[in-house]
Amino acid sequence: MSETPAVTLNVTAWSPGEDVIEVQRPPAPGAARGAWRTFVETARGLKTTFGRIAEGTNTIQYPEEKVPVYPRFRGRHKLHRFEDSDPTHPSLEKCVGCSLCAAACPADCIRVVAAENTPENRVSAGERYAAVYEINLSRCIFCGYCEVACPFDAITMGHDYELSDYDRTDLIFTKEMLLAEPLERTPLRNEGE
Amino acid sequence: MTFALVGYYEAWWVQILKAIVIFAVGLQLVPVVLIAERKIMGRMQGRYGPNRVGPYGALQPLADILKLLTKEQFRPTTSVGFLFAVAPLVSILTAVAAFAIIPFGNVQHIFGERVGLYGVDVSIGPLYLFAFGAVAFYGIMLGGWSSGSKYSFLGAMRGAAQLISYEVSQGLALVGVIMTAQTLSLTGIVTAQKGMWYIVPQFVGFLIFLTASFAETNRAPFDLTEADAELVGGYNTEYGGGRFASYYFAEYLNVLVVSGIVTTVFLGGWLLPFGIHPPGWVDPLVVLFKMSLITFFFIWVRATLPRLRYDQLMSFGWKVLLPLATLNALVTAILVVSTH
Repeated sequence: MSETPAVTLNVTAWSPGEDVIEVQRPPAPGAARGAWRTFVETARGLKTTFGRIAEGTNTIQYPEEKVPVYPRFRGRHKLHRFEDSDPTHPSLEKCVGCSLCAAACPADCIRVVAAENTPENRVSAGERYAAVYEINLSRCIFCGYCEVACPFDAITMGHDYELSDYDRTDLIFTKEMLLAEPLERTPLRNEGE
Repeated sequence: MTFALVGYYEAWWVQILKAIVIFAVGLQLVPVVLIAERKIMGRMQGRYGPNRVGPYGALQPLADILKLLTKEQFRPTTSVGFLFAVAPLVSILTAVAAFAIIPFGNVQHIFGERVGLYGVDVSIGPLYLFAFGAVAFYGIMLGGWSSGSKYSFLGAMRGAAQLISYEVSQGLALVGVIMTAQTLSLTGIVTAQKGMWYIVPQFVGFLIFLTASFAETNRAPFDLTEADAELVGGYNTEYGGGRFASYYFAEYLNVLVVSGIVTTVFLGGWLLPFGIHPPGWVDPLVVLFKMSLITFFFIWVRATLPRLRYDQLMSFGWKVLLPLATLNALVTAILVVSTH
């Protein structure tokens, strides 16, 4: 290996950089230097903390100010109706009571009891409708599987995440509560925000 | 032979009135420092600090104190009852007593009476201060020991070692000033600063005194007595309610006392620079302004520096501060002798 082969390598394409190991050494010893270093570093620290005052605060004043949620945020569920032009008559529900959401639910928090639609009492667009539709939100893990399982897009995840209550039984949401137009308490994040 | 000369020339009712006014002012300043500390530290950490109770959160200390005072007076079964109750009182008593000697102004003529704007002007000012500083240490030591808890005891032991180590340097830092001023009376030290504040000729002494004061008041970065990360809460772990409030109060009053002493000894007390002589009623405001600057520095340092390790604290105290303070006193002595 005494002779280096006369081969020129084309290194213009990509340089791996110089083969240098950077070693971080401890500060030089000595009491005087140490004292000086302490003094300078303390002053630098004081400058940093004082500079923070000028930078302002990053606090979000929560109950008044809220972090906007993304459109796909999985909050409290919503049940949907068909859009209808007749405002005096409630339009048909999308849910047909098939219980696929209850079957998909890993937390087992959805309870559906189906009933037959009759010509006099027509609730949903299908053959049957959900006579009882309850979601126990104290058990729900907000995974969104119900939304995926639903063949009619009758249940979707909303944006509401303020779900605290004083009583566990108040967290069992009935069909009327899920169908009701929810209070939009959470701001939606705009594109690019 | 008189041990200490005290300039009692005022009528008895003036002295009582003065004591009440100064105590009231000191008492009102503590909540101000409390809220100021939380607000300033909040800003330095990119947040607001308390801003819910009252306008701009100004009533937060009131809410805190009310909360503490309405709590149960709890006492562990292993504690020594009498000492457990007395220890916070010792702390608060010494803090208030030390506050009495801070001069807020010179002798004024109010309603035909000569009134000194200070609690008492003893001829042994700094000695009085260190005496009460030493007694204040009993408040911590007894509180930690009588709690009957190992965390409290460890905190108290640390406090004892720390206070003894730093009181020496603190005292020696003042020796330079006392030699230059040639008096031990705090008002005398202020009037001796007419030409130049002692922060200029005694700058090293100022730095040593300030550093040692952080340790004396158990504040960051020397707050090892209550190192919450390792000792739960230090000497006051077992305290709650009103007794804890007294400890808390004493701690912040100590900060004010130290600010007052630094103002008096190094920043020219009520004197203004450039030969401005305002009317007498401005003097206390000048002192309070200077005190607030020092207090701000205390808060600023607390937001900046991390807590020292215990061996670092000890080696810094004995190997850096004490030799430096001794050297400072020595050099000052040589200069004072050679110039006179």
